[in-house]
Amino acid sequence: MARFARWYGSGPLHLLVLIASFAVTGYALVRLFAVRPLEVAIWFVGAAILHDLILLPLYSLADLSAHAVLRHRATRMPQPPWINYLRVPTFLSGVLLLVWFPLIFALPTPYPGATGLSMDVYLGRWLAITAVLFVASAVAFALKLRRVRRAAHADEERPAPGHDAAS
Amino acid sequence: MDGGGRASAPGSGRPQRPRSDEGHAQGRLERVRAAAAARVTKGAARARALVRRVEQTPPPPGPFRPGFWRSPLRGPWLTSVFGLVLLIGISLIFVTGMLSYASYNPGLGRINDQTPDKGLLGFYLFAWPTRPYWLYRLTQGVHVTLGVVLVPVLLAKLWSVIPKLFEWLPVRSIAHGLERLSLLMLVGGVIFEFVTGIINIQLYYVFPGSFYTLHFYGAWVFIAAFVVHVGLRLRRMTRALRSRSLAAELRTDLAHTRPEPPDPDGLVPTAPAPPTMTRRGALAMVGGGSLLLFAVTAGQSIGGWLRSTALLAPHNRTPDSGPNGFQINKTAASVGVTPAHVGPAWRLEIHGPGPTLVFTRAQLLAMPQHTAALPIACVEGWSTPNQQWSGLRLADFAALAGLPAAGSVLVQSVQPPGPYSSVVLRGNQIHDPRSLLALRVNGADLSLDHGYPARVIVPANPGVNNTKWVHRLTFRT
Repeated sequence: MARFARWYGSGPLHLLVLIASFAVTGYALVRLFAVRPLEVAIWFVGAAILHDLILLPLYSLADLSAHAVLRHRATRMPQPPWINYLRVPTFLSGVLLLVWFPLIFALPTPYPGATGLSMDVYLGRWLAITAVLFVASAVAFALKLRRVRRAAHADEERPAPGHDAAS
Repeated sequence: MDGGGRASAPGSGRPQRPRSDEGHAQGRLERVRAAAAARVTKGAARARALVRRVEQTPPPPGPFRPGFWRSPLRGPWLTSVFGLVLLIGISLIFVTGMLSYASYNPGLGRINDQTPDKGLLGFYLFAWPTRPYWLYRLTQGVHVTLGVVLVPVLLAKLWSVIPKLFEWLPVRSIAHGLERLSLLMLVGGVIFEFVTGIINIQLYYVFPGSFYTLHFYGAWVFIAAFVVHVGLRLRRMTRALRSRSLAAELRTDLAHTRPEPPDPDGLVPTAPAPPTMTRRGALAMVGGGSLLLFAVTAGQSIGGWLRSTALLAPHNRTPDSGPNGFQINKTAASVGVTPAHVGPAWRLEIHGPGPTLVFTRAQLLAMPQHTAALPIACVEGWSTPNQQWSGLRLADFAALAGLPAAGSVLVQSVQPPGPYSSVVLRGNQIHDPRSLLALRVNGADLSLDHGYPARVIVPANPGVNNTKWVHRLTFRT
């Protein structure tokens, strides 16, 4: 048992479960690859690569860049943390685009003929939703800014007791 | 390998050796065995040294270094929250997906079955019921809507475990290597299933092959890896979920947000950046994404005034007003049905053991009419509320054909040969009193796009199996 674990890297149950799983995988894969195997394999592995090595690095980079580019705008006025007021509407608008991009960009040519509906509405609607999300975020940030600056202003006019004690 | 072969050689040659040499041979055997054992030990030591050297190879720069991933939110607790949501959600999607396959009654023959080579993967199939009449509307609405709604959770889960993709060493043992191969099936499979499903409901047919084949077999590739993943991680997940209180996390503000304690899986960063978002904020953002997707999608499966709230869903408007103003899956023009196919020359043929019966539409309308209030529910997840159909019962046609206890009926359309131009329905579907060959809907004649002159409507049947433009019914025992 111990020798098996040293050779294999885990218990025998682990091996049995994985072999059983791979048997089912193989059974389904043979059928999945029955027609146009290369293209299907590209789609299957490509799906993981597209997400892990392209989409995720891109949005991480966008997030880091937003931080770096917009960080050094030092003013005399206090600045509350702002990144989430940009991040949240971008994320929400982004997932809508990710899911509904074929209709938003009017890509599926069979759609109008099959359903009797037009695809023209989707781009406008997505842009409108995006606008609403960013306006709502901007309003929320403006309110936050006003609250923070008012508080700071009040502090300036009436020195805090802690400040008195220190001086 | 080499050593093992030598050690076994004398044993395999033993029957040919003379008896008198037995003792001598025994001694030689011992010596060979000892030499072989020494070789094996030396080889193993050398292999172990090699493994140690490989293990000590420093990771290449970039994402393989532990300091590269810096989000202070990554950790087993957050991953487990997303994991638990996906465990429940994906299980539900898988079960409703299996039901969707069963609802096509693939057991009735090739016409109904898009994946005739399924073999054992159809082990669970059963006769699809006709009640409750809204069954397919519910199961397929859940399948599609839940799939769309889980996209942000899936993205968040994959984000939370991305350091594991770059773990160093890439393969530490046979077990580890096999597990990572299984993870490729898991991640490739889940994205493949979500992508094919989501672009199919938008009629964006760019995937390589038939949607049914890809989505069905892809689901089995995925679920094999999913079950293993759940089995191997379930205890780790429950332990992680117990490690922090959700209520406490929801009260924690940014100033008090700290990384989770270091974990053996290396999700928690070794050099965390200062937090810019609370865990509460991350959960709210992901949950908000799901809610927003639900809001702009679910209306197409509910119908009524809520249909117009499905701002980005494919079936969010009615194509027409009036009695025939409800959703169309495929218009007549899109499948090549022209008014000439269904003009005055159109006849309905009823085949059975006796002579063929032929009816004009006027003759059908002169027969006693029955009504049924039934929805249209599509595999693409959209559906309509109940429509008032009227026409003749399939059971009555079965009796006319001389087979009152018909076991199945082949329904054929005037539609040129192609997917769903014909279908086989089962006995329980024929004998439900609400199963009609409908001639009218909501008090008006069927429109051409809804199947004029006659279409099938069966409770709980997937939309594409409610064949339109019917011209022949063949009843079988």
